[in-house]
Amino acid sequence: MTVQHVSRPIRSLRRLACALALAGLVPAGALAQTAMLNVSYDPTRELYRDINAAFAADWKAKTGEDLTVRASHGGSGAQARTVIDGVPADVVTLGIPSDIDAIARLSRKIPADWRTKLPNEGLPYTSTVVFLVRKGNPKAVKDWSDLAKPDVKVITPNPKTSAGGRWNFLAAWGYAYERDGKDAGKADAFVGQIYKNVPVLDTGARGSTVTFAQRGLGDVLPTWENEAFLVLQEFGADKFDIVIPPVSIYAEPPVALVDANVDAKGTRKQAEAYLQFLFSDQAQAIFAKHRYRPIKREAADPKDLALLPEIKLFKIEDLQGDWDTIQKKNFDNGGLFDQLSRAGR
Amino acid sequence: MSESALTLGGPRPAARPRSATGESRAVRWTLIAVAVVFLALFLVLPLLTIFVQAFSKGFETYLATFREPDAVAAVKLTLTVAAIAVPFNLVFGIAAAWAIAKFEFPGKSLLVTLIDLPFSVSPVVSGLIYVLIFGSQGVFGSFFIDQGLQIIFALPGIVLATIFVTFPFVARELIPLMQEQGNAEEEAALTLGASGLHAFLTVTLPNIRWGLLYSVLLCNARAMGEFGAVSVVSGHIRGLTNTIPLHVEILYNEYNFVAAFAVASLLAGLALVTLLIKSVLEWRYAGELAAGGRH
Amino acid sequence: MTEPNRPRWRFRQPSVIPGFGLTFGYALTCLCLIVLLPLAALVWRASGLGLSGIVDVARDPRVASALRLSFGVSLAAALTASVFGFLVAWVLTRYRFPGRRIVDAAVDLPFALPTAVAGIALASLYAPTGLVGAQLARVGIQAAYTPLGIFIAMVFIGLPFAVRTVQPLIAEIDKEVEEASATLGASRRATLVKVVLPPLIPAVLTGFALAFARGVGEYGSIIFIAGNLPYVSEIAPLLIVIKLSEYDYAGAAAIATIMLGISFLTLLAINLIQAWSRRRFGYV
Repeated sequence: MTVQHVSRPIRSLRRLACALALAGLVPAGALAQTAMLNVSYDPTRELYRDINAAFAADWKAKTGEDLTVRASHGGSGAQARTVIDGVPADVVTLGIPSDIDAIARLSRKIPADWRTKLPNEGLPYTSTVVFLVRKGNPKAVKDWSDLAKPDVKVITPNPKTSAGGRWNFLAAWGYAYERDGKDAGKADAFVGQIYKNVPVLDTGARGSTVTFAQRGLGDVLPTWENEAFLVLQEFGADKFDIVIPPVSIYAEPPVALVDANVDAKGTRKQAEAYLQFLFSDQAQAIFAKHRYRPIKREAADPKDLALLPEIKLFKIEDLQGDWDTIQKKNFDNGGLFDQLSRAGR
Repeated sequence: MSESALTLGGPRPAARPRSATGESRAVRWTLIAVAVVFLALFLVLPLLTIFVQAFSKGFETYLATFREPDAVAAVKLTLTVAAIAVPFNLVFGIAAAWAIAKFEFPGKSLLVTLIDLPFSVSPVVSGLIYVLIFGSQGVFGSFFIDQGLQIIFALPGIVLATIFVTFPFVARELIPLMQEQGNAEEEAALTLGASGLHAFLTVTLPNIRWGLLYSVLLCNARAMGEFGAVSVVSGHIRGLTNTIPLHVEILYNEYNFVAAFAVASLLAGLALVTLLIKSVLEWRYAGELAAGGRH
Repeated sequence: MTEPNRPRWRFRQPSVIPGFGLTFGYALTCLCLIVLLPLAALVWRASGLGLSGIVDVARDPRVASALRLSFGVSLAAALTASVFGFLVAWVLTRYRFPGRRIVDAAVDLPFALPTAVAGIALASLYAPTGLVGAQLARVGIQAAYTPLGIFIAMVFIGLPFAVRTVQPLIAEIDKEVEEASATLGASRRATLVKVVLPPLIPAVLTGFALAFARGVGEYGSIIFIAGNLPYVSEIAPLLIVIKLSEYDYAGAAAIATIMLGISFLTLLAINLIQAWSRRRFGYV
């Protein structure tokens, strides 16, 4: 075997290596313009696609700067964890206040008093939990008590990883607490009954929706109001019905600036403007369009508002105390959820 | 099969003599049927599902998926990651195989076991270890962040996790191959005055080239398809740190099943091409490939 | 053993082939940086809990049940994969039938197919609305979102290991030994059980161990098809991810260390099997 013959594969290897090196340079060049990152929870994908585009246009009109707003989505707890571990998020828009508290506590990238930095305690919109059932509501689900019936299968995400899962959990608890004369023990047991009816526990709200809507499992999906409307739109209104329970929870998905990251990246100006933009009339109308409940109802299209029904909403803080207490009592290691799943196995 | 004529013979020796070292026709076909049905149910059907779903809304919808900027970014990122991870493991694999196959030293089997370790480590653990090192809460996390270097939730972290997961592929294929071939040819070349590098390029490399290509193919398929480890270190930033498998998951979670399967079909197609080339290599150069089937 | 005239101890045996220092040093450096150092960080992180702390994590009912599930189902799946893998390997090497080469190539599919892609494909196939799932549902079996779903995914993942470790050895079986056995009057079954099978056992065990190790750690293909219910269908790797989402780094590291220890033991077992096989049968 001669030298020339052998060196052919080597030469082509070298050419390949050059080509690969060039390919590696392409994405690096694409990062040049100003970009900021919004780390959000699972069901807000469609919402922030619109919001980010609107804000980028608004920012361009005001400052002339091209700004790319990137988004990252996943279970709220998992997303908070990545911020703690160092995802360079400029802003976080998570599903539940305790997740932002956790970032503040564990990484100090967000000040502990983040609620005071923005209007309305950092809540640009609120939401609630409604039920999605199969067309015609064959199991006649009307209220939270129906979820505890032995023949009803409930699909809900894991409250340990998903904010939506936590709101479902807390909503059921609050309902029973009010119904049974403010008896915490009975409320705990009621929630345990519901979780005995859960055949699949996905890690995020989106996983649960796929399980219910696409895979055909379960009779009822307690879920974010906006998510229920989205399922009708995506999977067809002829397959599912939305059931509005007479009473539900006042769900608070808050937003906050990640101070340490914007200072390190020099994007404070843009990030603060982004958060302020969420409270603008334009953004408020977009929230309503995606079936979130805007805090400025006057900014939204009345047609959108008409679709968001009047429900008696309770605040879980009024029943259980501050968010540290709520998190510890229910979801921390050894909390109520752990006790229930241990007892229910 | 001339020996089979000597055996006791089946019911119809004229058609196909029954061999004492084979099973009866009925048994044979039953076994074949069981094996084929089993493989069809477990392997082929899932593969078909991907393509059927991907094209369920027509070819135009299928193509449209790949015009999405996020999908393009995911493809680019995946190619970049593979372009770094595969050559790295290629060089490592050759070096490790050279040291292990050509020389005798104590602790060799321990070394081989350690190289194998990433095979049996859960992908989630492979991602976790880099979070524990480079995360803000990690061992070196604050050091790299003070330097302004983003390791995890950026390209370096994804590359590291991918290298870890595919670490043994090349070494594992080359070690038995080079051991089997022995040192005689290299020793002859060296005695004739060739330099070490020259001996490697002209003697060893031609001997191992098919095994090398084979292992690079599998290494590449795994590098492009890794999900668990990358998902832990990626941060899931759209258009920036989403690889193709993560993009599949995102589309799936956006109820965009057709697009999810369309992007998945890209990886499935890659898998098929990999298998095709691999099979061709096996048929043509069976003797030059390592005997062991471990990957 | 300290004779004074014994040659100076050397790390490696002398050889005319150059490059040991370079390649050994480079390989070892890579190994340390990529594999050993990160794994050491993991063990170090878990050791913050102390040995008793790790044992406590392992004995936490939810963790214990996830580990039991992962190991139990993986064991069952590896067993199934081994049995069918042996059958497939036998059929592929011993018999000629149309499409054999395609079947042979298809065996490697789980190697090349990304796990997440496999996961969604399996989930949509075996869900009650899926092609196979609907048939199973008719006879009252629910596959997806139960431990059975995990089992299916693990068999999928483990099958190539089971086939490919046995296949080359079946091909190498000396036909003359079989013929001798047959000539000496042994029935075909006796030949198979007493002559053909024993030398294959180490390879079957190796394939089994590899499939087992891979199944225990598998994540991507399983989370889509498992129900992820605590105490029922929650696998250990998922629990690591959940622990991370709860900011419980030490807990995640502890579960990971337990799994790591078991993977290492599995690999060790494989090596012991092969060493034993080399002594007993003269090949791996």
